[in-house]
Amino acid sequence: MSARLLVTALVDPGSTIALSSAQWTALIAIARAEQLIGSLAYRLDGLALPEPVENIMAAARASAEQQRLRALWEAEMARRALAPLAVPVVLLKGTAFVAAGLDAGVGRSIGDLDILVPRARIDEAEAALLGAGWERIKADAYDDAYYRRWMHELPPLIHVERDRMIDVHHTILPPTARPKPDAARMIAERIELGNGLAILSPADIVIHAAAHLFADGDLAGGLRNLWDIDRLCREFGERDEGSYLRLVEEAYAAKLGPHVLRALRLTHHLYATPVPAYHQAFRLAVELTPSDRLFLHRLLARDAWGRPIRSVTRFGFYVRSHALRMPPHLLARHLAIKWWKSRRSA
Amino acid sequence: MRHNLALQVGDVGFRVGSAWRAPIAALRALYAGYPEPAIAEFTVRLEPERPLRRWVRPSIAIAGDYTLPEAAPLALAHGLLAAEMGMNLQMALGHRRHLLLHAAALERDGKALLLSGVSGAGKSTLAALLGERGWRFMGDEFALIDLTDGRAHAFPRAVSLKNESVAVMAREAKPDRFGPELRNTPKGTIRHLRPRGDAIARMREPAPPALLLFPRFGETEAVRLLGSAEVFVRLTQASTNYVALGEPGFAALSRLVRGVPARAIDYSDTKSAIALVERLWRELAA
Amino acid sequence: MPSIAATPTYRADPPGSLRMVALEDGLVLLFHRPSATTHVVASPVPELLAALDEGPADATTLLGRLAARHDLDDPDAAALAERLEELAAAGLVARL
Repeated sequence: MSARLLVTALVDPGSTIALSSAQWTALIAIARAEQLIGSLAYRLDGLALPEPVENIMAAARASAEQQRLRALWEAEMARRALAPLAVPVVLLKGTAFVAAGLDAGVGRSIGDLDILVPRARIDEAEAALLGAGWERIKADAYDDAYYRRWMHELPPLIHVERDRMIDVHHTILPPTARPKPDAARMIAERIELGNGLAILSPADIVIHAAAHLFADGDLAGGLRNLWDIDRLCREFGERDEGSYLRLVEEAYAAKLGPHVLRALRLTHHLYATPVPAYHQAFRLAVELTPSDRLFLHRLLARDAWGRPIRSVTRFGFYVRSHALRMPPHLLARHLAIKWWKSRRSA
Repeated sequence: MRHNLALQVGDVGFRVGSAWRAPIAALRALYAGYPEPAIAEFTVRLEPERPLRRWVRPSIAIAGDYTLPEAAPLALAHGLLAAEMGMNLQMALGHRRHLLLHAAALERDGKALLLSGVSGAGKSTLAALLGERGWRFMGDEFALIDLTDGRAHAFPRAVSLKNESVAVMAREAKPDRFGPELRNTPKGTIRHLRPRGDAIARMREPAPPALLLFPRFGETEAVRLLGSAEVFVRLTQASTNYVALGEPGFAALSRLVRGVPARAIDYSDTKSAIALVERLWRELAA
Repeated sequence: MPSIAATPTYRADPPGSLRMVALEDGLVLLFHRPSATTHVVASPVPELLAALDEGPADATTLLGRLAARHDLDDPDAAALAERLEELAAAGLVARL
C-alpha cells in the first residue's frame, strides 16, 4: 500500500468505484497528508460516491474555495500596499494559479502568499509592506542574516490581523544554489493580469515548480508539486503546440534542464501527462531512469494511515536537498550551527 | 497500525490507531456500543515520540490528519486522554461540515439547549448532570450547527471530568459508566463518563437550538440579557472554524443569533444552576 | 512648484460585495465577501459604504452625499476622513 492509491484516483477518478471501505479510508488519509484532498475532491465531483465520502469531498471543495478567496484577497492587499512603488509584482505558486484561473488552481490548497519583485526594489517593497500592516516575524539574528544573505527571499512577513504570511522573493532559487535562473528575464517576460498583478510566463511557471520540487526540501509535497506540473503542462500544451520545446529551452538556459526533464518523466509516469518524446534537438526520453525510480519510491512513500514511510530514502533526500542549495563548506557550517542551537534549547 | 478502533460519534467517523494495545482497549471499553464506521473521516494516530520510546519510558505523540507540531507527548498511562485529545484536534482543526462551537448541547422535546463557555467553566459538569435529569445529552465539548438549516447535531463523546467533578458525577451515575482514573495528567485527575444509552442510540438525531446560555460558575446567582452583537462576537470566539468557513459560517451564526434567545447566567452551586436552566427553558424555549 | 496635497479618494467594492444583517440594538453584522472578513459595525458605517456606491469620492464629496441623504447634526469632514482611513485599514474600502 502506498500513495499509488492516490495517484490512480487522480488520474482515473472512475476507478474509485471499485474501492473498498478500507481503501477509501486510506485514500482520504493519504490525500490529506499529501495536501491533495481538494484536488481529489474536484476530480471526484459528480461521481456517485458512498455517502460519507461525498460528505468529506463536498467539505473539501468548500474548503478549497475559501482558500482561493483568501488567497486572492491577500494578493489584492499586497497589490494595494505596493501600488505606489510602481514595481512589477509577480504572483507565484498557488496564488498565481487561482489569480489566472488555471486548471492547476482547481482544488489547490494555498497557504502563504509568494511574490517575486526585482532584487533592486526588494527593500522598498519590504518597507511598503511593513507600513501597511505586515510585521517581521521575530527570528534570531542568525536566521535573519541567513535569510538575507543566502536565500532568495526576505524573511517572511506576517499580517497580524489577517494572520497570513507573505514571502517576498527576488529570484526563484537561493543565490547559493548551483542553477542560476535569470530573475530579471523572468520578470521582464511576465504575463500581466490586468489588475496590477502578474504571473510568470507558462514556461517559467513550470520551471519554478520543477526547481522547487527537487531543490527545495526533501521531496515533501512532491506528489502535489507534480500534480501542479501535470495540470500546467496539459493546459499550456493545449494552448500552444510549441510549449514543451520552449519549456525545455528556457530550462536549459536557467541550468535547470535536468530538473525539468526529470519532472516531466515523473509526471508522465505518474499522471500520464501527454509529454511528447523528442530525440532530435535534445533528448527527452520519457522512460524512467534508475535514479527516477528512487525519486518515485520517495514520492509514493505513504502508508494506509497517511504516515511517511521508508525513512532512509527520506533522510537521503533531505541531505541532498540542502547540498543543492549550499556549497559543502557552507552546508557544514550551517548544519553545525543549527545542531548547536538545538542542543542549547533542549 | 496494529492496534486500532473505528468509532462513529454523531455524524463523524474516526479511526484511532495506536502503537500500544492499552489505549485502544480503554477506548473500546469506554465507547462500547458506539457504531464502527466502515469509512473514517478522520485519522488519529498514537505514535512513539521517537522509535525507541515505544518501549523505553513510553511516550505518546498525538498524530493524525491534523496535528499541533509543538504539542507535548503524553505518558502511556494517559493513552485514553491522548486518544480523546487526538479526536478533539481533528475536529478543531479539520471539521468543516458544520459550524463548530465550543459548547455543550442537550435536547428536550425536540429542541436543543446550548451552553457556551470556555473549558473548565463548569459547563461539562452541568451538561453531564442535565443528561441525568431528563435531558438527552448531545455533547459537552462541541456543538455542531448545520450550515443549511441551523439545527444542532449531536456529538456525544465521553465527558471528561476533572478533579471534584468526578465525585459529583459519581453520585449520579453507575460505576460501570466511568473510564479509568487518570492521575497526574497535565490537567490534574481525570475520569471519563460515558453518555447514557439514549444519548448513544439517538446520536444521529439533530434538534433546532431554542435557548443559548453562557454559564459562569462561582458567582452569586444572576441572569443577564445579552445583546445580539455581543452574543455573535462571543460565539465567534467560541468557534474553531468560523473564520475558515467564510460566508456559510456567517450565515449560520447570524441565523443562530437572530433566532435563539440568549442569556448569561451566574451560579454558585450546581443544584441552583439546574433550577435556573429549567426556569429559563420554560420561560424562553418551551 | 509645490502642489497642494489632494485629499485621498476612496472606492468601495462593487455592489453585492457586502452582506449585512441588522440586529435589534442598531448594530449591524457585516460580511465582506472579497476578504471573507466579518465586522460588527454601527452607524455611520453602513451609510458611508452606501454613499460610496455612487462612485469613488474623497471625504468632502462623501460628506456632501451623506448630507443630501440624511440629516447630519455635525458635518465634520476631518472626522469623516478618519473613519474612511479606518475603513481602508480594515479593507472595507480601497484608497485610490
